[in-house]
Amino acid sequence: MDQSASPLATVVHQHAVFTDGLLLDCGVVLARLEVAYRTYGRLNAARSNAILVCHALTGDQYVAEPHPVTGKPGWWEAVVGPGRPIDTDRYFVICANVLGGCMGSTGPRSQRDDAPDGVLWGIDFPPVTIRDMVRAQKRLVEHLGIERLFAVVGGSMGGMQVLQWAATYPGHVFAAVPVATAAYHSAQNIAFNEVGRQAIFADPDWESGRYWDSGKIPARGLAVARMVAHITYLSEQALTRKFGRRLRGGASLSMFGDMFEVESYLQHQGSTFVNRFDANSYLTITRAMDYFDLVADSQGDLSAAFRDTPTRFCLISFTSDWLFPTAESRAVARALNRAAANVSFVEIASDKGHDAFLLDEPDFHRTLAGFLAGCAEHAGLPA
Amino acid sequence: MNAPVRFVAKNMRLDLRLIAGMVAPGARVLDIGSGDGSLIDHLYRTHGCDARGIEIDMAEVTRSVAHGLPVMHGDADSDLAQYPDDAFDYVILSRTLQAVERPREVLRQMLRIGRHAIVSFPNFGHWQVRWQLLWSGRMPMTSVWARPWHETPNIHPCTIRDFVQLCADEGYVIERWLAVDEAGQRAPWRRFMGMANLFGEQALFQLRKR
Repeated sequence: MDQSASPLATVVHQHAVFTDGLLLDCGVVLARLEVAYRTYGRLNAARSNAILVCHALTGDQYVAEPHPVTGKPGWWEAVVGPGRPIDTDRYFVICANVLGGCMGSTGPRSQRDDAPDGVLWGIDFPPVTIRDMVRAQKRLVEHLGIERLFAVVGGSMGGMQVLQWAATYPGHVFAAVPVATAAYHSAQNIAFNEVGRQAIFADPDWESGRYWDSGKIPARGLAVARMVAHITYLSEQALTRKFGRRLRGGASLSMFGDMFEVESYLQHQGSTFVNRFDANSYLTITRAMDYFDLVADSQGDLSAAFRDTPTRFCLISFTSDWLFPTAESRAVARALNRAAANVSFVEIASDKGHDAFLLDEPDFHRTLAGFLAGCAEHAGLPA
Repeated sequence: MNAPVRFVAKNMRLDLRLIAGMVAPGARVLDIGSGDGSLIDHLYRTHGCDARGIEIDMAEVTRSVAHGLPVMHGDADSDLAQYPDDAFDYVILSRTLQAVERPREVLRQMLRIGRHAIVSFPNFGHWQVRWQLLWSGRMPMTSVWARPWHETPNIHPCTIRDFVQLCADEGYVIERWLAVDEAGQRAPWRRFMGMANLFGEQALFQLRKR
């Protein structure tokens, strides 16, 4: 594995600054909050066509344009853009880097607001929750002059944010689309996250989170964390279809340093990841996912979180997703039924595992586009 | 119950029209077994109803949601219990009662979550059904009961009289009922249930709790 990674590139991201303090669930007040974001499309005069897209664990605000660090296409270009399911010719799309992230929003790589200049938060960055992320997004949405979002859409951890938005700000979300997600992080998912975190902790270059001081990054640990996580994003069928037992470069197994294609693929995933993601952010955000439990927040009855909600919901899951299986989306749909909410619920047939929500899945895209179009009609948005 | 239940697809428009005629404008409606969503679409567009659907066939669910209709994947036997009391003005079960696992429980749930239940079902008391069984000694196959006994999803067929008896046992008030013949015309035996049970191919009931 090539671990000659250099510290993250410094890129200036479009951002908004809030200096009136953000009270976090842990009780700490962030005196200075920066929210990095991108927008696509045009906000209409009535400010009624805004869609907030929430990104997943290792995503960021560069939804529908080349990434400034990696140069790769936006992570949801199949879904967001002109004529796409989230049509930027019709909707004004906002995506913000989550609180705790490393693409310009306040996070472990930010300067401490309670210390002299140049001191970074590092592992002293306060633990944040999904609700804290949503609160930060709400600040941005208000800053952009939008009272009510037409829709909030997101997959995986993005879907958790969607559910949190609908639960925390019901009057400000006309439609909610939580994709491939759950009302709480399962023990199995927490377990996988913990393996990733331990890999980072075990890397000597992590230096108790103060790796910036030495100019290194815990590339090996972060890459292993990414490799483990990446396995959970795929299905067994997808791995078999893509790689099977094929060897890289050789036709038969010689037992001398041969590498299976799947190994090579995972190592590539790991080593490219470390050039664009900060290890302390990874620790912070995985923890936020683990903390997420909307059922516990509602005293054990999820429907209480959505009592009398005016929001229209569309839950979408994928058949081969074992990280956020359909049963978890169904549990949310049933809770919404108990709350007499307007809910659509679809399971899309796909063999691509959890990653399906990021990939070309025509049925998913048709469903998303149709749901939004139906909601636009109910919301009275001009066609 | 995996296959979508479609008895007389050619009469879909009629069934839709008859049911829609029973629903008050602006009502909250749940259509169980909403199929391609044409009834809820119709109720929304022409009656201004807040109409939602439950459907077991995922392809139909995807199609409905992709058309902007609020439909969730689920089935009558297990998902109705999730709704709160009196969540709807009308709960509709069109040509599906005979295919559910527990028809009596489904009816109970319908009248718990809705003020009115609208139920349509194919009538097993129709003369052709009776005659075929009597004459050939084999399970009837008619245009309405079109699948062989080993393939049919219709595990609980009943006659109009059976249904009326169940309503009496459960204490439901029959607010309206009518029988429909094969061509989709309203059968003229409105006053005589025995005749309707003999000549009506399908029945449509509107119920409420006592």
